[in-house]
Amino acid sequence: MNAVAKKASWDEAYNFAYLDEQTKRMIRRALLKAVAIPGYQVPFGGREMPLAYGWGTGGMQVTASVIGPSDTLKVIDQGADDTTNAVSIRRFFKRVAGVATTEATEEASVIQTRHRIPEKPLKEGQVLVYQVPQPEPLRKLEPRETETRKMHGYAEYGLMHVRLYEDISRFGHIATTYSYPVMVNGRYVMSPSPIPKFDNPKMENNKAIQLFGAGREKRIYAIPPYTRVKSLDFDDHPFEVQRWPQACALCGARNSYLDEVVLDDKGGRMFVCSDTHFCADRQEKGHRGPMAADPAARAFARSSETSEQKEDDGR
Amino acid sequence: MYVAVKGGERAILNSHKLIAETRRGDGQVPELSVRQIGEQLGLAVDRVMTEGSVYDRELAALAIKQAQGDLVEAIFLLRAYRTTLPRFAVSEPIDTATMLVQRRVSAAYKDIPGGQVLGPTYDYTHRLLDFALAAEEGVGLPEAPEAEAPLDEGMPHVADILDHEGLIEEERPDSEGAEVFDLTREPMSFPAGRDQRLQNLARGDEGFVLALGYSTQRGYGGNHPFAGEIRMGEVSVEIVPEELGFAIDIGDVVVSECQMINQFEGSKEKPPQFTRGYGLSFGHNERKVMAMALVDRALRAREMGETAMYPAQDEEFVLYHADNVEAAGFVSHLKLPHYVDFQAELNLIRKLRQEHQDRLEKEAAE
Amino acid sequence: MSALVLSESLGTTVRQPLMRATGVSKSYGDTIGCLDVSFTLHPGEVIGVVGESGSGKSTLLNVLSAQLPPDAGTVEYDLRHRGMSDIFRLSEPDRRRLMRTDWGIVHQNPRDGLRMDVSAGGNVGERLMAIGARHYGEIRAEGLDWLAKVELDASRVDDKPKTFSGGMQQRLQIARNLVTRPRLIFMDEPTGGLDVSVQARLLDLLRGLVRELGIAAIVVTHDLAVVRLLADRLMVMRHGRVVEEGLTDQVLDDPHHPYTQLLVSSVLQV
Repeated sequence: MNAVAKKASWDEAYNFAYLDEQTKRMIRRALLKAVAIPGYQVPFGGREMPLAYGWGTGGMQVTASVIGPSDTLKVIDQGADDTTNAVSIRRFFKRVAGVATTEATEEASVIQTRHRIPEKPLKEGQVLVYQVPQPEPLRKLEPRETETRKMHGYAEYGLMHVRLYEDISRFGHIATTYSYPVMVNGRYVMSPSPIPKFDNPKMENNKAIQLFGAGREKRIYAIPPYTRVKSLDFDDHPFEVQRWPQACALCGARNSYLDEVVLDDKGGRMFVCSDTHFCADRQEKGHRGPMAADPAARAFARSSETSEQKEDDGR
Repeated sequence: MYVAVKGGERAILNSHKLIAETRRGDGQVPELSVRQIGEQLGLAVDRVMTEGSVYDRELAALAIKQAQGDLVEAIFLLRAYRTTLPRFAVSEPIDTATMLVQRRVSAAYKDIPGGQVLGPTYDYTHRLLDFALAAEEGVGLPEAPEAEAPLDEGMPHVADILDHEGLIEEERPDSEGAEVFDLTREPMSFPAGRDQRLQNLARGDEGFVLALGYSTQRGYGGNHPFAGEIRMGEVSVEIVPEELGFAIDIGDVVVSECQMINQFEGSKEKPPQFTRGYGLSFGHNERKVMAMALVDRALRAREMGETAMYPAQDEEFVLYHADNVEAAGFVSHLKLPHYVDFQAELNLIRKLRQEHQDRLEKEAAE
Repeated sequence: MSALVLSESLGTTVRQPLMRATGVSKSYGDTIGCLDVSFTLHPGEVIGVVGESGSGKSTLLNVLSAQLPPDAGTVEYDLRHRGMSDIFRLSEPDRRRLMRTDWGIVHQNPRDGLRMDVSAGGNVGERLMAIGARHYGEIRAEGLDWLAKVELDASRVDDKPKTFSGGMQQRLQIARNLVTRPRLIFMDEPTGGLDVSVQARLLDLLRGLVRELGIAAIVVTHDLAVVRLLADRLMVMRHGRVVEEGLTDQVLDDPHHPYTQLLVSSVLQV
């Protein structure tokens, strides 16, 4: 692709990265405020994007406001670079910003994500942009915005623990599996967006800047690098992440988030890394899982190999 | 094959081609032109302009064509286009009293200064399918007879007639000289001012606003409305460019307007008087402006010291759910893959079922 | 430390008031809610407010419990750490904290005071979690302890209040309020809507708890039997004004105001 040498060129019917400079400035101001008050939801004048609400308009506006011509963008949905919505958003930024794109986590300067944090630890200087459908962690307990803003303002978070208490009294353990609420910097309770709670510990003391954009609800919030992020729990029922008895069927990883893939209609299934780049990278380095040689598994792996290749074909 | 979420580039491109083919339909049938839509599906264009917040018949007609007549999709297209447009100025308030009236009716008085003007309306048509319209050769060029005398120049608002007697609350801007809220630039905030509320309702989904307005009539927050006046016609739009310092006319728009008159019992400070609910839309859309006026009044419950207990009186409920671009987007996002979260829930359900089973076995053993 | 504890430790007998209302008035348009009401409440004391519906007793309760600002007059409360303070001059977070720690409100309708889709244990534990309790086992133990205190079966701890009878819901509401050991509780017709036999049991329980824990209370009711059993002092309200007040037994056994006489002789259907 030789993207590094290439000067960014984009569809000049639109301003660079689609939004006009005034709008970007407005969003950057909201982002600065968000970084200054970790976990606090900053209202912003969200614009209508050429993508449906709920499909990542918040993340897109944040990405459009922080991205520059020399940036390299990675877009994932469910951890995968080749899911249709990830492809669609990557295409959008190729067209309106002409930036280089990548699937390699370590090569990206901006990563837009829906529902996952990459397995590979992020570095200083990287920006992780989350797409957020519902920024308000208290919304399911209290539908009124006027009331939830007070609850945040006065740090009245008892109700959040009532929800966890109810889980334990019913099931013997906390039964929240994703969108697991966190306390940021000891002050604001925040929704991590619908990432699995498996990813929650990655937010703590992360070296990258984490930015959250909720387009429909018109809120932006952030976690600056090296910030305390604690998942809510009880002293005698500490927070735990999901574990699998299996290793990844393709790369043999034992410490990654696994997706269940149905291979046939006779109950055949395998568990593979949800982070497709992490998995491919491990396989390239010679790691093999228990089903790496299985024909059905290989067929699946082929269907999800680098979509960069295919995008160039499609051009 | 489970490729829907891992389709990649080619599947998306092919889907685009397929939708283009479907949109065109049978090649034997002549293709619709944007002008035809603008001229002959004018009420659809009016709705798309109103909820899309752009007064441009041609763009709205294009959006309708591109969306295959799906008006919510067309509204979305127009809104997304709107984002790329700069905002040059905020217009002066339009003066609907100077409207070049095409239609104007009042249900509150038998006769009004300027007269009742029926204009183009489906109200008194019998809703019988007109098979003449289905004829291959079309309907030709139907012509309506011209009036014997032109309409009066001035058409005062019916509500203003009541105003002279102090029978109806005075219409005043929220706060003098304050900048008007712009819902397309600022996030909603509560309690909402009337500017924010009216913008939201004007852009709000016609079906949603209609249903809420209807609910107030059926007793869910009723306030005994009278259709004080409904008018439709052309008004001029003026702006004051900074470099000039005086107003200049930048063009005409057709709007529909409704003033609902409602009872108010009075309070310690205020004697009983009528109150207003207001509705406005681009183009011709009486259903929308009447419903909007009902909901506007219902949402003033708090301001009037009335008990707010019904959906149409609940500001956060109404304003947060009226926008069909937001609503359609969030409902449709359920089509996006959620398999990471689903996996998490799957694991949980398996675990809970196992624990349940273990408990039963343990109890059986005891 | 409250003023009371302080003065006790000094061995004095001066009793500092817990709450003081001065000239409290509230009207709704032309309708008078309550007019020029003044009184002083001491720690551990129970005041009954009686009158027919529309007499202004519920308005008064709403003002005293900071749910409704008065048009005129002040309501002061002896805050821990701060002493007597006007509750309507507190910042909103301070007022909200006061309402969920040092105060309790028992609503006539348990639906207004309980979370109907949260278990009994969760309902009792909410206030503890709101002030920072983070040990599940301890919160649950405290919840069970309070269920026992209000005579609810421990086996119901994980059941939701919507499966409870009216009397049980009311007892759960009391437990939920008392768990933070408030010094003052407000009760609005606490036995309203309950069967007579259930009422008697609830009143017994309330009297026991209030005496045992030394909690002050303001009880609004139209039922003279309730105040006779619970209240030390009585205020009789009519048309928004207090027409007679005094020790409960005195007022009920020797009423002076004609309206009180009517109430007591039960000629008046209240």
